[in-house]
Amino acid sequence: MSLMSILTLVISSTLVYSAPLIFTSIGGTFSERGGVVNVGLEGIMGIGAFAAVVFNLTFADQFGALTPWLGLLAGAIIGLLFSLLHAVATVTLRADHIISGTVINLMAPALGVFLIKVIYGKGQTEPISRDFGYTSLPLLKDIPVIGDLFFAKTSGPAWLAIIIAVLSWYLIFKTKFGLRLRSVGENPQAADTLGLNVARLRYAGVMLSGILGGIGGAVVAQSISLNYSAGTIVGQGFVAMAAMIFGRWNPLGAMAASLFFGLSQSLAVVGAQLPVIQNIPSIYLQIAPYVLTIVVLVFFFGKTRAPKADGVNYIKAT
Amino acid sequence: MNSTMKQTSFSVAAFSVIFGLLVGALIMLVFGYNPISGYIALMSSAVGSMQNIGGVLTQMTPLILTALGFTVASSAGFFNIGLSGQALAGWVGAVWYALSFPNLPAYVMIPSALILGTVLGGIAGAIPGWLRAQFGASEVIVTIMMNYILLYTGNNILQNVMAHGIKESAQTTKQIGANATLQMPWLTQLTQGSSVSAGIVLALVMIVVIWFVMKKTTLGFEIRAVGLNPDSARYAGMPSKRTAVVAMAISGGLAGLAGTIEGLGNYQYFFTQNSSPSIGFDGMAVALLGNGSYLGVLAAAILFSVLKIGGLGMPMSTGVPFELVDIVIASIIFFVGANYLIRIIQKRIHEMDAKAEVTAEHKKQQKSGGQ
Repeated sequence: MSLMSILTLVISSTLVYSAPLIFTSIGGTFSERGGVVNVGLEGIMGIGAFAAVVFNLTFADQFGALTPWLGLLAGAIIGLLFSLLHAVATVTLRADHIISGTVINLMAPALGVFLIKVIYGKGQTEPISRDFGYTSLPLLKDIPVIGDLFFAKTSGPAWLAIIIAVLSWYLIFKTKFGLRLRSVGENPQAADTLGLNVARLRYAGVMLSGILGGIGGAVVAQSISLNYSAGTIVGQGFVAMAAMIFGRWNPLGAMAASLFFGLSQSLAVVGAQLPVIQNIPSIYLQIAPYVLTIVVLVFFFGKTRAPKADGVNYIKAT
Repeated sequence: MNSTMKQTSFSVAAFSVIFGLLVGALIMLVFGYNPISGYIALMSSAVGSMQNIGGVLTQMTPLILTALGFTVASSAGFFNIGLSGQALAGWVGAVWYALSFPNLPAYVMIPSALILGTVLGGIAGAIPGWLRAQFGASEVIVTIMMNYILLYTGNNILQNVMAHGIKESAQTTKQIGANATLQMPWLTQLTQGSSVSAGIVLALVMIVVIWFVMKKTTLGFEIRAVGLNPDSARYAGMPSKRTAVVAMAISGGLAGLAGTIEGLGNYQYFFTQNSSPSIGFDGMAVALLGNGSYLGVLAAAILFSVLKIGGLGMPMSTGVPFELVDIVIASIIFFVGANYLIRIIQKRIHEMDAKAEVTAEHKKQQKSGGQ
């Protein structure tokens, strides 16, 4: 295998595996920047994957090649609705965030498989006919070397995710909305005193995590698993949460961490074809993201501090 | 987290169960099933035969233990989401050990395997406990990450480390021998071949043991004190860091015991796992509904096991997919978590009662005044 083809294989598979992590970890960043811990990302991804697959199977004939992209939209909408459960529980009903997130994680696969059985009469769907496959970005793909490596026959959703990451960074750190969102995550009392609507901002944060988590699940379903079953989302949501922490609650950091975790996941899959890597037992690549997250939490704890009021319910004095 | 759990009373649990079942009924209605016949099918399936009663007992066993584990950790102020990984550690370790020493007599094998599985789970629990006590690393995140580390490690041990002689295929081990099984012929016969084992007795004994340790010993007092306020516990001279680690070790140990009983009692072997065993999260649900009460844990474990085993009978007779049961369980925990809602409803009911009483009193007075 030539160096060029090795690099092409590694880069394109890294992008495929990173894309869902980037979307979802940025979703988590929005939620936690607003002060709502979201361990339910796993469940939100699951329901997004469900929505995308059902949409894809139903409308593939009408929309043709556009189907998977519209499937992202379906995942986003259902993810948003599902995340409202978390928002209502934590913000309005003052539930413990971890308990509510766990409910989301218990509910999503149960509801997804229940509905699949109701709709299709069996526990998993047929494979979808229109998946993301590989996209070549116009113009960029013609750049010598770099174009071949990064932009020709690559993962479309990954590049969308990278654009979203930059936009999210801008939204969180450079806009009024971002400043307000961060302030309710750091000190809701002070934010409330200044006339901000703490509950509404926290809802916004959770809902953004629902949209992005739903998209993340839709990406998994339409570019990796290609069908829906209880086993479609197993752990990606938690890896995304790890990426969020690893990225220090910053969208660009979360993106970088997601790319790194995506690399480690893709090496566990394609590593057998690669020199050197094939000698590393795949177990080390599989557990690397999780071990690294613990290491980061333990040794860089001072620097990876979460938003101050993350997970703390704000009860307005009446 | 602790204070809300303390305030959750029995009535909140009861309301949550009722609301959860109503959500399930509503979903059945929406999708064109008859909820009454659905629930009747569930109940009659759960207690319909000795085999299914055995199934309920088998299901209950690990749930009681993981729920006790969650309760101990949460008394010390820890949210142990790693129960499934800790259970897996016990399961893999105990089955591996049992298969590796097929000639040990049962009276040596069984106690040592149970201790080994418990210790492995305990270590898996103590690590996140220590990391939080020492470095302040969130145990929620560390235990979630450890679930996956243990999942992949367990599968890797099965696939690449275990001797070929003790494996049936690349994905499953052989059955453990008669010297290690927790199943008892008379119990198996009585329950028409269910996989209920002596594990259920162990689980029931552990309820009493853990209740005693937590409520009647210095260690239990220290664990609860650290959970309520680690600073004041330290000022009072309690070793708060050590206590926290010990609490998490006990918690993980109980989960490890649950996994060991799954391995030696229920399944009798180990096989490649696609995801962390569900007994961890289900046990957490049991503990949350049981709300720190030991009888509550028992009641909640019975309820969820009846739902789970009964749910298996629903598709056959009524066509309702089994997953409805998991939706009901998730809904119950939703209402437990959002108990603020239930407390508001209760308050309204009380207010309405009080109002009605006042009006009744008023009317009475008017009546007597009129005479």
